[in-house]
Amino acid sequence: MNQLEILRFALRGLLANKLRSFLTTLGILIGVAAVILLVAVGEGSSRSITENIQRLGANTLTISPQFSGGGGGGGGAGGAGGPRAQARTLTLEDAKALTDRAQAPSVRSVSPVVTAGQAAATYQGASHDVQQLVGTYPSYFEATNKPVARGAYFFNDDVVNARKVAVIGQTVATELFGDEDPVGRPLALSGVPFTVVGVLKASGSSGGQDADDVVIAPLPAVRQSLTGFGSLGSIVVQATGSGATTTAQAEITAILNQRHGVTGTRTADFRILNQATLQETVSAATGTFTVLLAAVAAISLLVGGVGITNIMLVTVTERTREIGIRKAIGAPRSAILGQFLLEATLLSLVGGLAGVAVAFAGTRFTIAGIEPVLVPSSVALALGVSVGIGLFFGSYPANRAAKLRPIQALRHE
Amino acid sequence: MSAPVLRVENLVKTYGQGDARVRALRGVSMDIAQGDYVAIMGASGSGKSTLMNILGCLDIPSSGRYLIDGTDVGGLDEHQLAILRNRKIGFVFQSFNLIPRMSALANVELPLTYGGVGAAERRRRAMEALEQVGLADRVHHEPNELSGGQQQRVAVARALVTSPALLLADEPTGNLDTHATGDVLAILDGLSKEGSTIVLITHEDDVAAHTGRVIRLVDGQITEDVRR
Repeated sequence: MNQLEILRFALRGLLANKLRSFLTTLGILIGVAAVILLVAVGEGSSRSITENIQRLGANTLTISPQFSGGGGGGGGAGGAGGPRAQARTLTLEDAKALTDRAQAPSVRSVSPVVTAGQAAATYQGASHDVQQLVGTYPSYFEATNKPVARGAYFFNDDVVNARKVAVIGQTVATELFGDEDPVGRPLALSGVPFTVVGVLKASGSSGGQDADDVVIAPLPAVRQSLTGFGSLGSIVVQATGSGATTTAQAEITAILNQRHGVTGTRTADFRILNQATLQETVSAATGTFTVLLAAVAAISLLVGGVGITNIMLVTVTERTREIGIRKAIGAPRSAILGQFLLEATLLSLVGGLAGVAVAFAGTRFTIAGIEPVLVPSSVALALGVSVGIGLFFGSYPANRAAKLRPIQALRHE
Repeated sequence: MSAPVLRVENLVKTYGQGDARVRALRGVSMDIAQGDYVAIMGASGSGKSTLMNILGCLDIPSSGRYLIDGTDVGGLDEHQLAILRNRKIGFVFQSFNLIPRMSALANVELPLTYGGVGAAERRRRAMEALEQVGLADRVHHEPNELSGGQQQRVAVARALVTSPALLLADEPTGNLDTHATGDVLAILDGLSKEGSTIVLITHEDDVAAHTGRVIRLVDGQITEDVRR
């Protein structure tokens, strides 16, 4: 008995009931397509989140002051909850201390940052409220991953001389200058004249905030004319490499603890946001999310498998007499088993392949704002599982067919 | 005389348990020699169908020995039985039992397919068998496109395509009109003349008249065994 002949019998059996075979196949198709598509959507969203985080800058740590805690600000001196010294703000001296190569070898650059929220920028009568006005050092551009599209950054020289120059975001450029080239043109920020030296590359909006609605100027210039010489808003530190962020964080913590007099029982008055740990946390979360999606899809695949068992049982019952005839003319048990097992497997295989095709087509579209990313292993897995399902769920009906006694099968009406 | 194609010794078949116990065969013994053309006759319930099923290896006797071509069937496992059914026995049923949605040719090829015969050889032999039953022009018709008599002739072709040692026919003309009955019996007569061993079950005397030996069964026992 030739394997090819068994395959022919199986195909003939399936084609005899086209609609039924098609509907059964549909169950598997939906399951497989759902698994692949949902995993792709999960992967796509995970990647877009990772990209968004990376856009904030690679290997960076953001230090910001923290005023909350036991003391509740400055007033509650008698509070037993958290005895701590007057919370200190971040100063330029703090930033300078962090550049100490000996104490902080993992730190590559330090950019002190002051921000003035909401500054009105004007140019020749056009006015625009800038969401974020940043005063900082040139290293900020590299640390936060903000390349310029036109013009240039400002330089250390500009910082030292407190020149009133500014690099503006894409949104600001279009709002104020329209089609004109802003580089070299004057720009008034809250009435103070600055000169535009560069335009940042568009980076898109993230989390509802337009990252391109920004003006970046040298720190002293911003302090002199706009924010005053108060405390720093934050300090952006770039570590020497992706592996060094954790050590850099430890070094910074040690230096700042010492400078701010934070010891054992006292709560730190600053916090450090580590890009790498943030990314880890987020990818762990999106990973869970993807697994959840895949699990839901896997259930639909399982339901498809039960559909195969169901239809094969019906088929076996319906064709009991045919099985009896085949046995009476000498079909061995293995041939009957093979035929029905193959029918079930063909159903699931065809369904699986069609499901993969649908999923391939589906991942070309943006789904709920997410661009799905096809994961090859999910394709292999879904296809493999669907064939496995055919074998597994088909084996019970096939075995039942093979075990039929010829005389009983022949008497079946 | 050569060894019998078929020998049964003290065959007993019972169904059911306790009060519902039915003794379909109560010790049947007979020899059927090469070339015999035998009719087994009996009223309904006489056990003739049970006997036929056992002879065709479709059913297993409760006790007794059954040898086909010298092989003891009782000692065979399921796989060997399948091979035996395939090679040694050709079965013709009262209700034709062709597989629907398969052409006459495919139906006739089926035993050869299970026997592992190659495609070209299969086709040639199936065509030959169909020619023998006079259906060479109907090979691509499906069973539902054929008349009862034609279907039964396809079934006969399927039974003889493997050149079996034994051709069993269970009331082959039971569902046929007089004309078709004549056709089918003529084919069986021809096969017998060519030396085939044929056992057929019938309750019609004029069918039995075609055969050379009549065995009568009453209540699961042989009451008469006449050679003509």
